[in-house]
Amino acid sequence: GATGRSRGAMNCRAEVLEVSVEPRQVEEAALAVLHTVLLHRSTGKFHYKKEGTYSIGTVGTRDVDCDFIDFAYVRVSSEELDRALRKAVGDFKDALRSSGSDGVGQISLEFYQKKKSRWPFSDECIPWELWTIKVNVVNLANEQERQICREKVGEKLCEKIINIVEVMNRHEYLPKMPTQSEVDNVFDTSLKDVQPYLYKISYQITDSLGTSVTTTMRRLIKDTLAL
Amino acid sequence: AMDTDLSSQDRKDLDKFIKFFALKTVQVIVQARLGEKICTRSSSSPTGSDWFNLAIKDIPEVTHEAKKALAGQLPAVGRSMCVEISLKTSEGDSMELEIWCLEMNEKCDKEIKVSYTVYNRLSLLLKSLLAITRVTPAYRLSRKQGHEYVILYRIYFGEVQLSGLGEGFQTVRVGTVGTPVGTITLSCAYRINLAFMSTRQFERTPPIMGIIIDHFVDRPYPSSSPMHPCNYRAGEDNGAVYPSVEDSQEVCTTSFSTSPPSQCVFTVTKAHFQTPPPVVTDTLKVPVMGLAFSHQLSSSRLSYQPAALAVGSADMGYPVLFAGGLTAAHPHQLIGPGKEGGVPPVPSQPAHGTQADQERICTPLDGAHYSAVTPSSSEDTETVSNSSEGKCGSPHDLLETIFVRKVGAFVNKPINQVTMANLDIPFAMFAPKNVELEDNDPMVNPPDSPDTESPLQGSLHSEGSSGSSTGNTHDDFVMIDFKPAFSKDDILPMDLGTFYREFQNPPQLSSLSIDIGAQSMAEDLDSLPEKLAVHEKNVKEFDAFVETLQ
Repeated sequence: GATGRSRGAMNCRAEVLEVSVEPRQVEEAALAVLHTVLLHRSTGKFHYKKEGTYSIGTVGTRDVDCDFIDFAYVRVSSEELDRALRKAVGDFKDALRSSGSDGVGQISLEFYQKKKSRWPFSDECIPWELWTIKVNVVNLANEQERQICREKVGEKLCEKIINIVEVMNRHEYLPKMPTQSEVDNVFDTSLKDVQPYLYKISYQITDSLGTSVTTTMRRLIKDTLAL
Repeated sequence: AMDTDLSSQDRKDLDKFIKFFALKTVQVIVQARLGEKICTRSSSSPTGSDWFNLAIKDIPEVTHEAKKALAGQLPAVGRSMCVEISLKTSEGDSMELEIWCLEMNEKCDKEIKVSYTVYNRLSLLLKSLLAITRVTPAYRLSRKQGHEYVILYRIYFGEVQLSGLGEGFQTVRVGTVGTPVGTITLSCAYRINLAFMSTRQFERTPPIMGIIIDHFVDRPYPSSSPMHPCNYRAGEDNGAVYPSVEDSQEVCTTSFSTSPPSQCVFTVTKAHFQTPPPVVTDTLKVPVMGLAFSHQLSSSRLSYQPAALAVGSADMGYPVLFAGGLTAAHPHQLIGPGKEGGVPPVPSQPAHGTQADQERICTPLDGAHYSAVTPSSSEDTETVSNSSEGKCGSPHDLLETIFVRKVGAFVNKPINQVTMANLDIPFAMFAPKNVELEDNDPMVNPPDSPDTESPLQGSLHSEGSSGSSTGNTHDDFVMIDFKPAFSKDDILPMDLGTFYREFQNPPQLSSLSIDIGAQSMAEDLDSLPEKLAVHEKNVKEFDAFVETLQ
């Protein structure tokens, strides 16, 4: 993630996707969406040559079957990227769980550019695309409902994939292809096999009272101070 | 379209891009219908041979068919490239499922840069195609092909024909890319009226073991046997000259690579079933199942004596549902899910057990590892280490799902209370563990005695067990002695207590025992021709009967 200041999203396009899932489906549903977005927002590694030209590496892809959802999706073949997403999604799921089973949460994937500022200002992070996945957790009573849920969530995710592809197809703003000196302001070049646009993932949990909490601790502290 | 503004180099490049885009589109679509998971590697150093910077393998036959259909032309207005995906049953019935259309319209974008923007957008469009090919209904159908049907493709060039898709077909747009000579559009029209051939039908029917359905397959991969003639206009001069097969090999983006066949992933249209026919007794050799199950029970309520392996054999009271396809063929893999080759993908509900079996059956001809549903099984060595980190879902789901299958018909709750702390220890599942309850539903149907186990068992002790998840108050108590109140009845020669004890453990129904089950299935199959002959003779009677009903 970036450490710079975040400017308000003036020209940042924002897409919101909403899913209702069982607790055990949270991770897979979120991963399916995040991976599908990143499939479209990752390129091969750039290799700069003389005179400002560059060549691009190759992006492999692979199928992923979900265990708890009747659904399959394609992701980029990059274990580093997969690990990073799984970590974020795992944290999100844990936060959801500890907030109580009726919680609602959202996990966001933001693509940004870095703009270098002069000292003493730190670099700015300017978001240009924001994807938000709103997750409603439902708890089901019996096996029959769960089987229906497997299928329904699968169908919903199919719709989400189609939505994502629609957005991608609009060919709206994308950062200009950077020169070698600027590449780290546009792309995440830390991975060894692929190069996604600079991104960060964050999440927010809303507990059943409708309060938005980012951590449980913060709420505890607030409650304590209120006494 | 006017192309006077386009430099000749740009025009050449654009034509090449469109041509290879068309070829790659066909590869992506056909490969997505082979019935297997596709996996290609990323490569940081450009090889100069991967079009659009994507690793998409080229199945030679598919390229050949595509080139044949295109016959040196490119998609243009009124001349679209179509890939038709259809399903063909073992009886020979076929049905069109999808038509993927690569079309060109007249809307030109003069300003756009060919070698840069168009190329990158074509790459993006291919990624969208990869994503969309997994979300249309035919994808799931194609993953289950092999037993009762296969998926075929056909490529044609010319006018799009959607009439074979039935009523109310839906369309999904994959995307568009504007070019100076027109706008490329890629879309899919797919059938939704799967009336006579629902996926459910295939899920419920257990695969016919031991019968290899290959009589209707000519080639080892989906064939493009034309069902109606490809209607392209041959010989039309497009104004440009295209070398027929070989293209000039240039470095970077324009070289075209044909992968050697060994790298290609072919479908199996034969039911290439390697594991032995499902003798459910195989599962008896998995003692861990019964023991683990009993362990779970003792931690919850009953004081249950796990009579060693007897429990395993007792579980054979539930054969019929799973006879069709239960192959816990790799019992040793239950403990180590991180291994390649994976565990057979099992759903967590018994009713769809056969669905998983069908998925499992299609083994790639090239012996490539057929992966289970868990993401841990993969050809990439890096992922294998991921799985041992213990992704929350996968390890205990193996147990969870197998539990459900074993316990049988009346259990309606997967036992997801087991968490695997460390799967590397043998018999790790017997180690004391934290019971992680995702939901608090009680278990249903504990076995009532170590000796015999039968589906009737549950019904004696919990009414409505087949559907409800409300649990059963009887389960909380161990019956020591049964002294029913007001049980003396002069009419019956025995009292209620005696009656209850006596009939507490009814013997298994013989029809539920697997030996007879397996035998009778074989006999049934043998007697089918005779039965059919008899029925055919009596067809007039049947028709008359039907008439009376109408």
